Amino acid sequence: MLEVRDLRKSFSGFVATSDVSFSVRRKQILAVIGPNGAGKSTLFNLITGHLAPDRGEVLLEGRDITGASPHRICRMGMGRSFQRTNIFSRLTVYENVQASLIAHQGRGLNMWRRSDAQLRDKTEAMLQSLGLADECDTVAGELSHGGQKQVELAIALAGEPRVLLLDEPTAGMSAQETGEVIRLLDRIVEERELTLLFTEHDMDVVFSIAHVVAVLHQGRIVANGAPEEVRRDALVRSIYLGGGMH
Amino acid sequence: MRRQTVTGVVVSAALFVIAATVPVLGSRYYTFVATDIVIFAMLATSLNLLVGLSGLVSFGHAAYFGVGAYVCGILMKAGGVPFLAAWLLGGVGGALLAGVFGYFCVRLTRVYFSMLTLAFAQIVWAVCFKWNDVTGGEQGYPDVPMPDLAFLDWLPWIGSLRSGDKFYFVVLMLATVSMLAMRRIANSSFGRILTCIRDNLERTQFIGIDVRRHQLVVFTIAGGFAGLAGGLFGIFNRGVFPDFCYWPKSAEVLIMTILGGMYSFWGPSIGAAVLIILNQYIVSRTEYWPLVLGAIMLALLFAFPRGIAGAVGAAWRSRDRFNA
Repeated sequence: MLEVRDLRKSFSGFVATSDVSFSVRRKQILAVIGPNGAGKSTLFNLITGHLAPDRGEVLLEGRDITGASPHRICRMGMGRSFQRTNIFSRLTVYENVQASLIAHQGRGLNMWRRSDAQLRDKTEAMLQSLGLADECDTVAGELSHGGQKQVELAIALAGEPRVLLLDEPTAGMSAQETGEVIRLLDRIVEERELTLLFTEHDMDVVFSIAHVVAVLHQGRIVANGAPEEVRRDALVRSIYLGGGMH
Repeated sequence: MRRQTVTGVVVSAALFVIAATVPVLGSRYYTFVATDIVIFAMLATSLNLLVGLSGLVSFGHAAYFGVGAYVCGILMKAGGVPFLAAWLLGGVGGALLAGVFGYFCVRLTRVYFSMLTLAFAQIVWAVCFKWNDVTGGEQGYPDVPMPDLAFLDWLPWIGSLRSGDKFYFVVLMLATVSMLAMRRIANSSFGRILTCIRDNLERTQFIGIDVRRHQLVVFTIAGGFAGLAGGLFGIFNRGVFPDFCYWPKSAEVLIMTILGGMYSFWGPSIGAAVLIILNQYIVSRTEYWPLVLGAIMLALLFAFPRGIAGAVGAAWRSRDRFNA
């Protein structure tokens, strides 16, 4: 479904991503873990077109998407969230999701049809599905941190992605909120037959939903396998014990 | 219809009726000021498609206004082209130029974008200023003919008005159609995506929008409507001059937009009316008018940081807004 080959990116001498290769099968859930600064976000940015790699390839369903612009990659079926929540904070929750649907349906240049009632059913169904129905007229930036993360997820899902990349979906959430997000992700992946990649600091989250875990350390993948294997891996243990487990 | 739509229609209709009764007052001066206001309301609204709706602060909007005025004026005077065709071609001229300049401008963001729009506008001004054979250069392009408005003569009352008043009606009709078209665009899916770009450019890319393409399209449209406003102004002014394209003109329109309220569709029109009326009033009373006008502007902007329409809207809970 998604394949990354020998991906490399450096920023003025500092190698953030070094010869990273891995692949994810359809409907698989891959967790990318690693200490702060290991290059997780850079890797996501390379895959989604936010950054262009110095070298290497990214293939989505066999098509080379290396260096394509973010909007193209999004239209090809890849959705993402950001580590720092990235939503339309001055628009309402309803407008956030509706805009994503408008974009997905290629109506962005339609200048005639009024926007306000467009795609109402689909927008409301999406909000319902993520438990945001009561907040539809709230200005998105005024929601709680957890609420904003939900909105970002709704924006990403409205594009009907086949591959979804979530950068720390539970960062800054309480234990209870984290539990809700895990259940939500589980359900959504199942319902929508998604392939999911996510980065995470919370190991409980990782081991509760990931099918495969890849460990990134100083820009390299140092372990990649089933959660239990990775948990037992001596090198991974030394990185986490040495670098501090988050 | 939703309440929002009803409010919008009522406000639009009320404005139109008020504007249409100006010639009843019977003063050439009032009609003159009203014509000025209507044209600048249209220009400021076209600028606000960029500033308020899309978050693109153009410092060079006068270029497209000026080019529209030259195209329309030259076609009518030198080419003998009928008014309506010349006027539309003026709009096309503004749009084409905006399309070409916009192609480069949308590659930059924020203040760099603004600076490039200014630079292009200065080029336009310099060309108009020096190209004596076509634009009349520094002396301008005088004696743009008044369109033949005989077709209005069969109308009761309007048919019997002075030509200035008749022209005012033509301006009002054409401006109304233009404003309604702009309003439609602002409220469309395209408009929604533009508000997304304004709010969060990066996120808009990641919902699958080609941001530059959308910015270029709105830049071109805004240039087209500016050109249409320019065509009317050239006739109204009985001549086209290089200062139509000069940067103080761009600044003036930007001030109207911000003063009136850039997060409201009608804000820039209110700004145009307030600025023009204040200007007329103060200039006729004191030679220190720039000082007085500047002080009033300062006070207004401090009192209404979201513009006059923003303040009125907050008080009135007006829903006629750009989803701001």
